[in-house]
Amino acid sequence: MSIRIAGIDKTYGPKGPGHTRALEPIDLDIANGELVGLLGPSGSGKTTLLRIVAGLEQADGGTIHFGERDVTQVHVRDRRIGFVFQHYALFRHMSVFDNVAFGLNALPRRDRPSSAQIRSRVMQLLEMVRLTDFASRYPAQLSGGQQQRVSLARALALKPDVLLLDEPFGALDAKVRQELRRWLRHLHGELGFTSLFVTHDQEEALELSDRVVVMSNGRVEQIATPDTLYRRPGNRFVFEFLGEVNRLEGDVSHGVLTCGAARLAVPGLDDGRHELLLRPHEIRLSERPSAGAHLPVSVSAVVPVGAEVRLELEADWLGEPWQASVGHAEFDRLDVSRGRRLYAVVSQLHRFDAAKPQTLTLEPAV
Amino acid sequence: MVRIGDAPGVRRTLIGIALALTALFLLLPLVAIFAQALASGLDVYWQNLSDDYTLAAIGLTLLVTLLTVPVNLVFGVFLAWLVTRFSFPGRRLLQTLIDIPFAVSPVVAGLVYLLLYGRNGWLGGWLDAYDIQIMFAWPGIVLATIFVTCPFVARELIPLMQSQGAREEEAAVTLGASGWTIFRRVTLPKIRHALLYGVILTNARAVGEFGAVSVVAGAIRGQTNTLPLQVEQLYQDYNTVGAFTSASLLAMLALLTLAAKAVLEWRAARREIAT
Repeated sequence: MSIRIAGIDKTYGPKGPGHTRALEPIDLDIANGELVGLLGPSGSGKTTLLRIVAGLEQADGGTIHFGERDVTQVHVRDRRIGFVFQHYALFRHMSVFDNVAFGLNALPRRDRPSSAQIRSRVMQLLEMVRLTDFASRYPAQLSGGQQQRVSLARALALKPDVLLLDEPFGALDAKVRQELRRWLRHLHGELGFTSLFVTHDQEEALELSDRVVVMSNGRVEQIATPDTLYRRPGNRFVFEFLGEVNRLEGDVSHGVLTCGAARLAVPGLDDGRHELLLRPHEIRLSERPSAGAHLPVSVSAVVPVGAEVRLELEADWLGEPWQASVGHAEFDRLDVSRGRRLYAVVSQLHRFDAAKPQTLTLEPAV
Repeated sequence: MVRIGDAPGVRRTLIGIALALTALFLLLPLVAIFAQALASGLDVYWQNLSDDYTLAAIGLTLLVTLLTVPVNLVFGVFLAWLVTRFSFPGRRLLQTLIDIPFAVSPVVAGLVYLLLYGRNGWLGGWLDAYDIQIMFAWPGIVLATIFVTCPFVARELIPLMQSQGAREEEAAVTLGASGWTIFRRVTLPKIRHALLYGVILTNARAVGEFGAVSVVAGAIRGQTNTLPLQVEQLYQDYNTVGAFTSASLLAMLALLTLAAKAVLEWRAARREIAT
């Protein structure tokens, strides 16, 4: 079922001028079957928004519709939502089975399925989360990942109109988080529920979401698909929040940027002082300067991380060292080690100091 | 290397002192109660116990306890729920006010009740017009006992409920559960042990309360004497064996309370290990 959020805002504490709002008026439309991530640093208002959609908190103004149904004034218990909490919030004194069956057992008598029906539904859900063998265990006897799967089964037991997840994988270790993420993506593909989830982990948001809502300070910074978000960030905040950023500042004259000993051809840029940003993977290294780029650097740190090698690059003309990432093949070819002097080649640059963000694609290195 | 206090001599001395003090101050008086009660043999003990006034005192004590404990159970849970689940102006003040009965001498509490409900008291005149007697009758004793014992349940529950948080209740409400269902199936099982513990303490105090009750009861033999008052009165009458017989009843109740508490703690510890 689609979710339509219109003009939702929230202020904590006494209202008045100069008081920071938890949420500026927010508009957001989520299509039926869509999986949308709310991404932002802590204090950005993403959890508040999610809890308002759930009905666990009240907005000061605005409306929320599930499909055609106006749920703004509807109590949580009647909103037909499923909610997954960061710390699972399982009923600790109930078995896994009873946890999942809780919502069904809490139905008023006339709507409640027979106990045989409840049993088969719960077992079916436990099969879905692959925990059939754990039905009679207690939450404390399960691992974090298993507990979160129980919590998901419990939230889905009543076939909710929308599924809301608050940092669902935040308390789990990296490997389990990765697994659960993929599994949730599959489950979503199978069942097609409409879902809104909160995360502060950009990788999680990009991997899991159909669309990502980037928030900061109670405002929406950008709503876009993961691909668009990464390639064409709407503003500097989004660009910086979504990954590591290197800075290049210098004076441009006749299409060439100069910064100390460094020169870089930047066709199309106006004359004057510019600040340009680039991602680690947009830097490549070479033993010689190219026609358009003369960016001498020296390697100051080498950190092999799995499939790639992260390098820290220093130079007199750089305020802060650059972070670059290269593949192992290139790493070996260039015979990189600490102190090695190389030339950086830049494939893309981003600029946010103009009215509209701009991405410059430079000639590929020869 | 030997840690401080780890030398065998030091350890033995410390343990010995602790045991000796416990025996002297705690165990010996308890033994003395039963020794005195049974000093003239079982027949006399039984005779004293089946004395009409003593039986009346036992009955009154049971009545007071039976009324006090449920009232404070409900009140304590309600108060703890209010203080831990909602935020409202005056919440901290309320948390402090809960402790008044602990802070104030029970005698003062009794006097305040006398001032309020006595014949010349603020409410007493009005009540008297309707022929309702509270002071020097069982309702006064019950009121005073409720006052003295009201913090026990709330004090047990508040820290526990604060540390447990409200996430499980929130989860339950998103699953469509009504307020009563949430309380019965989620909150109550979580606080069960602390609640029982609070009830045991309330019970122990309700049975044994002397100060507040002695002010409001007026010590009418056979009518407003609870067990502790009866003990005192018998002792004043130089009936030592009788006094200690009643006292032995109170002591037995105390032992029962301790046993119940120990069982609860043992079960809680076993649950910890199981999970």
